Amino acid sequence: MQNPYLPYPVRIEEIITETEDKNLKTFKLVFINPEDEEKFKYQAGQFAELSVAGKGEIPIGIASSPTEKGFLMFTVNKVGLVTSCLHNMKAGDIMGVRGPLGNWYPWDIMEGKNVVIIGGGFAFTTLRSSIIYMLDPANRPKFKDIHVIYGARTPGMLLYRDELAEWEKRDDINMHITVDATDDPNWKYNIGFVPTITDQKAPPGNPDTYAIVCGPPIMIKFTQPVLDTLDYAHDHIIMSLEMRMKCGIGICGRCNIGKEYVCKDGPVFTLDQLNNMPKEY
Amino acid sequence: MKVIKIDKKNWAEGLKRLADKFPLFGPVQKDEFHIFKELHKDELPDLSLQNTRLSPKSVVYPQSETLFEYTLDEKQADHHILKEIDKDYLPRAVVGIRPCDAKAFLLVKRNFDTPEYKDPYWIKAYQAVTLIGYACNTPCSNCFCTTAGCGPFHEEGLDVLLVDAADHYLAQIMSEKGEKFITAAGWDTSAGANDLREQVQTLKQAAETKITARVSTDKLKDKDTTALFEASFWEDVAFACINCGTCTYACPTCWCFDIQDETFGSSGIRIRNWDSCMYPLFTHHGSGHNPRDMKMQRVRQRFMHKLKYYVDKYANGIQCVGCGRCIRLCPVNIDIRKVCDLMNSFES
Ligand SMILES: Cc1cc2nc3c(=O)[nH]c(=O)nc-3n(C[C@H](O)[C@H](O)[C@H](O)COP(=O)(O)OP(=O)(O)OC[C@H]3O[C@@H](n4cnc5c(N)ncnc54)[C@H](O)[C@@H]3O)c2cc1C
Ligand code: SF4
Ligand code: SF4
Ligand code: FES
Repeated sequence: MQNPYLPYPVRIEEIITETEDKNLKTFKLVFINPEDEEKFKYQAGQFAELSVAGKGEIPIGIASSPTEKGFLMFTVNKVGLVTSCLHNMKAGDIMGVRGPLGNWYPWDIMEGKNVVIIGGGFAFTTLRSSIIYMLDPANRPKFKDIHVIYGARTPGMLLYRDELAEWEKRDDINMHITVDATDDPNWKYNIGFVPTITDQKAPPGNPDTYAIVCGPPIMIKFTQPVLDTLDYAHDHIIMSLEMRMKCGIGICGRCNIGKEYVCKDGPVFTLDQLNNMPKEY
Repeated sequence: MKVIKIDKKNWAEGLKRLADKFPLFGPVQKDEFHIFKELHKDELPDLSLQNTRLSPKSVVYPQSETLFEYTLDEKQADHHILKEIDKDYLPRAVVGIRPCDAKAFLLVKRNFDTPEYKDPYWIKAYQAVTLIGYACNTPCSNCFCTTAGCGPFHEEGLDVLLVDAADHYLAQIMSEKGEKFITAAGWDTSAGANDLREQVQTLKQAAETKITARVSTDKLKDKDTTALFEASFWEDVAFACINCGTCTYACPTCWCFDIQDETFGSSGIRIRNWDSCMYPLFTHHGSGHNPRDMKMQRVRQRFMHKLKYYVDKYANGIQCVGCGRCIRLCPVNIDIRKVCDLMNSFES
């Protein structure tokens, strides 16, 4: 019987400080046993449990894309016990990864459709995975127009800045980067909150257009009415939820909303599904 | 299904023979209360009790259980890597488990043994046990098992059902494991006869009529989840609760757990411990956000899980066997039977 609680051993290959407040770091991890990478087949939108011996495990969205081989990538915000310990670790250290866990964005349903990605703050991780996945030459023809609306408080709080700049240059993806405010005279992108920019830049809703929305609760709260005005059907709005988790496999009983376990039946739900679930998240 | 007669004079001797072959667990008195524990040689299960205060779920699912071990000593080649440990899953028998507690394992199994993920610890421990049930001739006053998908002589989940019949036990053998158990004890299995089966039926009917407490669960399935969730009675239901968690720890069908690392010097273990949805930390995010930071939300979760979410998820009844423990032990008299009836009769 395979033990679903046993993490794969990995080595930290690289740690990148992402934001000016130094509270977000990206960890590039490499499997110690190469055959484990084969077993860890994932889709954009899934998460994993990062395991630090002596500290515990935390659920973190997979920021690398299934099209990137040889490593896994996670971006971690420093908040408590395990995340703080991770922030103090260094390249070469040994830790564990358990997964992939949860469901993913509905790539099969979105094939042949327009995809609008709306992200705020550090919830951009699995959205990066999704963008890299869609822009892969083998996958790009499968999707129509791609729009990305991504905002952070300041330019220095945006994740993956080099990649954002690369994507800005391409003509097969429409980037709408924004910050809440900045006094940087060289800032050449948008200024304004994500809901406002969504209102200005997002294409109108129709059966051929899906929106993936990930961000802090406040952003989600104010973006939803905008999408309603733009005529997005609730089964065309896709969201990823967060709950405190332990097992990640629907067994420890911790992360339910109604009868669904966010770790196993989610974290990805359509707004239509969420409308029919107890409001307890 | 075979029923045999075990003379009480031969009881201790048979158990002794069994104890030589494999570990026996049973109810024994410890301080004021009965608990299930491994019996040492010559110790007999105390069958004089009504039921143990805590359920015997710990025999399969210990309150605290080691999952892995690790070393942090960087001189070791496998430092910081979690490793599985050897565990004892050799056959064992639980003698004197009540039918409700045995049935509870079947309800819990749906959680630990799923098509997608198998919990190896729970499954192996469950496979290792032979469950020798002990029918309730005199059920507890707050049991409501007969309307909770169970009963004082309920057979599901048991390998043998023992029935106390004055100077002897009637043993109804229900599985191959049960057959092996009886044979290993050396009790005469040829003594089976039809009239013994009738005797069991008579005692069963007598016991069932003693259970007067009941719940209605027939309408739970068709209720709208969100309407029930938003029902106005939850504040009243939760008002007196002190969130002590007793109800969940005592319950044979509660399974939630936490996972923690414990380090001693440079080595350590990853363990899991029973946890309870009654505690605010259960759902507290690192960010400080907590979807169930109010007492009412936690009480509602416990009842909604047992009486609605479980019902909807598995289409196989409620997540409760009616053992009555949570009713007996709640310090403020919160009664699942009343809550169940509130939910079942709720009109939005
Ligand atoms: C599906 C999913 C994806 C996530 N993706 C990311 C990500 O990409 N980047 C990121 O920085 N954060 C992410 N989070 C949040 C992250 O899991 C928590 O910030 C983290 O668990 C906090 O752990 P801690 O030990 O530092 O905090 P503590 O407060 O010390 O927490 C102790 C333990 O509680 C649990 N816990 C606490 N908060 C949360 C929480 N919000 N969600 C789940 N479990 C929690 C963990 O088991 C943790 O070890 C994600 C959460 C979920 C559910
Ligand atoms: S035993 Fe009673 S008081 Fe304690 S948590 Fe359960 S319902 Fe609340
Ligand atoms: S909910 Fe109460 S009555 Fe039902 S099985 Fe659990 S402890 Fe027994
Ligand atoms: S984290 Fe254990 S059930 Fe979801």
